[in-house]
Amino acid sequence: MSTQSEGALVPALDMIQIRWHSRGGQGGMTASQLLGQAAFEDGRQATAFSFYGAERRGAPLTSYNRIADQPIKLYSRVSSPDMVVILDESLVDIQDVTAGLDEDGIVVINTTEPDLVDHDGRIVAVDATSIALDYDLSVDGTPIVNTPILGAVARTDAADIDTVARVIEEEFGEANMKAAREAYENATEV
Amino acid sequence: MSDAVAKSEREQEESNARIMTGNAATALAAQDAGTDVVAAYPITPQTEIVENIAEAVESGEFDAEFSRVESEHSAMAAVMGASQANARTFTATASQGLLFMSEMVWWTAASRLPVVMSIANRALGPPWNIWGSHTDALSQRDSGWMQMFAGTVQEVYDLTLASFRIAEDQDVMLPAMMNLDGFTFAHTMQPLEKLSPEDAQAYVGEIDIPHEVTSQNPRGFGAFTAGDNFWKFRKKIMDAMDNVPEVADQAFDELAEITGREYDLVHEYEADDADLVIVGLGTLAREAEVAADVLRKEHDIEAGVVRPILQTPFPEERFTEAVGDAEKVVVLDRSTSFGRGGIVTQDVKLALDQPVASVIAGIGGQNVEWDDMVDIALNAEPGKTQWFGGDL
Amino acid sequence: MVLGVRHMLQEAGEDTILVIPACCASVIQGVYPYTAFDVPVINTAFASAASTASGVEMALKHRDEETNVIVLAGDGGTTDIGLAAMSGAMERRHNFLYVLYDNEAYSNTGFQKSGRTPTGARTSTTPTGRKGEQKDIDKIVEAHDPEYMATSTSGYVQDLRDKTAKGLEADGPAFMHMLTPCPPGWRFDNGQTVEVSKKAVSTGLWVLYEKERGGEIEISRPSKSAFKNPDSVTDYVEMQDRFSTASDVDLEFLQEQAERNIDEYSQYLEEEVKA
Repeated sequence: MSTQSEGALVPALDMIQIRWHSRGGQGGMTASQLLGQAAFEDGRQATAFSFYGAERRGAPLTSYNRIADQPIKLYSRVSSPDMVVILDESLVDIQDVTAGLDEDGIVVINTTEPDLVDHDGRIVAVDATSIALDYDLSVDGTPIVNTPILGAVARTDAADIDTVARVIEEEFGEANMKAAREAYENATEV
Repeated sequence: MSDAVAKSEREQEESNARIMTGNAATALAAQDAGTDVVAAYPITPQTEIVENIAEAVESGEFDAEFSRVESEHSAMAAVMGASQANARTFTATASQGLLFMSEMVWWTAASRLPVVMSIANRALGPPWNIWGSHTDALSQRDSGWMQMFAGTVQEVYDLTLASFRIAEDQDVMLPAMMNLDGFTFAHTMQPLEKLSPEDAQAYVGEIDIPHEVTSQNPRGFGAFTAGDNFWKFRKKIMDAMDNVPEVADQAFDELAEITGREYDLVHEYEADDADLVIVGLGTLAREAEVAADVLRKEHDIEAGVVRPILQTPFPEERFTEAVGDAEKVVVLDRSTSFGRGGIVTQDVKLALDQPVASVIAGIGGQNVEWDDMVDIALNAEPGKTQWFGGDL
Repeated sequence: MVLGVRHMLQEAGEDTILVIPACCASVIQGVYPYTAFDVPVINTAFASAASTASGVEMALKHRDEETNVIVLAGDGGTTDIGLAAMSGAMERRHNFLYVLYDNEAYSNTGFQKSGRTPTGARTSTTPTGRKGEQKDIDKIVEAHDPEYMATSTSGYVQDLRDKTAKGLEADGPAFMHMLTPCPPGWRFDNGQTVEVSKKAVSTGLWVLYEKERGGEIEISRPSKSAFKNPDSVTDYVEMQDRFSTASDVDLEFLQEQAERNIDEYSQYLEEEVKA
């Protein structure tokens, strides 16, 4: 399993760590929970949690996943992610979205401009907003980008697209599942 | 990708393996235990517990009376009343809610009623803060409630079931507080194996409160009592508390027979030969196990972790045994008693014969990672109270 | 609720001290070391807004100072956990303005049911729709005979401002109940707050009025129009996804509730005409 570049310091640290950047109301928290569910269904150990202030629409919110083969003992917020997922590109200017990510790390981002992010390593970019609108996925006027973005995440070692698709379909139905699969097919790599 | 067995939803429903948050596991345990009455008031970070119970009751999956009371004080009063009428009861709160409830928390214990309550531990204000701290629960440590602290989602599920079993034991008959760190645990999804409701209820047993209020056996409860008798009631509670460790051990044995999962009053990790022991409650101490691994590998220090599961009554004997001959003891204390230092530290100091390094860490959302804990363990000074973020 | 609160505060001016219990207003202040308010704020525990405000008022009174004391509280902190404190403060006749911004749920903590949640509405603790009727907090407040009380809503800001001014002028306890539709809680698009607010009035579900101590209820203009030709409650309900769990019986009840309001409050119109 891929982890930090030199291999884990001790076996208990052998894991994938993912940090999600979103705004309240965009489904970042749900995305991390769906990924946790998918990892679990694939027989892996996983944790999923979010860090946010009191509930406020539009306020920046960070979510986390850890995925490993052995029970995970870490509960602290991820400071050295192997992957960063950005649901809202407006966050790139106001937050250090790649903090702790080294050049072996992966960025998955909802954007039409992959150059937006300052990262030397792999960038998986997908226009999740357009895909969401194509499939009519929105809540109270806000496009639901979390399910398509999960499709893009499945392009990495963190998730298997078939499992992700199944979890999404069971939870949110066919349109969301198709959006995820389309994002998986159409994401571009930099 | 490892060899994996993908589980379809149907397969999952048939198996008892799940992944869910600490809050969800708590609600599920209350349901599986066969709770009869729930009264609760929402407060961050416990809200998911109340919401999940609401949904399960409304769908018919959970056969319990559920009241959305107007405050925490009323929540405890309501479950207390129900418990007095021989119902199995459950509620949950945190932080400010627990303090607002406090008068009734004490009333319930002194009434010898086996209410089970989950606390999603959260810092007390002002200033407002919604993240973890153990001060809320520990502020009630003198009340007559037994207190346990879980460190994983599996633990909170299992130990919540055990809470009912222990609280309702005829040799205890005291309420039980089950603690899980707000956010880092309450909101964190981890895998667990649940019990079937049948197995869970067989484990917990039938509720049978000797002092049940019933018109079939009219008695008064809690009425005015003078000095010649008052102390006797207090002594009974003290004695019941003394029974808790033994009853808890037995409850854990019984649970192990059903599930194969072993629990102890104190959880040890690599503490047998340890020269340095990190002590703490909940998730902080579980992450400390990684720090212990790193201390051994990178710093040549035989390090271990001792994590009390039962905190009230404090299992002094078991704890001292677990610490053993360790030269340096570092308490990662997620609580504060103004005028006395960290609260967990007080119990540790009382139990041990040596100076203890106390470090206040991880309160109110302060992020403490395993590598911070390594530094803390190396640099904390015995005999002092220090603050992570300040002194260390 | 920011729309209504902003106008209320502009009317109140800088010589104001706000007392805020746990509620959405606690959170919109932002995070230390910044605050979003231009006036001083005391944040206090959930149940104690009115009692805390009583204390501030007593200190100012003792020094003959005129600063406005305003409680800004949600429906949870007013109709439920904060009810006793508010009742006590009014009974003791402290000189303050109690502003209840009502989004009909415990919104700050994720939209759980409150005493103000309407029949049939979905909240996170009433997933199949709220059973029973919302608590009529205005009648409870009226029973305390405040110096001034009024209802207002975000859709009619001038009316809200005028009532704020009167509440502050009153010498004694004053109360303003603002209906503040909440997009994430009531499930409607962010841009529609004013529309939803006005619709509550036009159906008769929300009645705009004011009352001075010793006087009669005076119906405000938007409600006068509404009473003449009220919209169907269905129009209001269809704008909000929180009512998707409402049964036909619930919807009938809400329609009846609106009609009862119109019946009851119309009597004050007739009296005006008579005078």
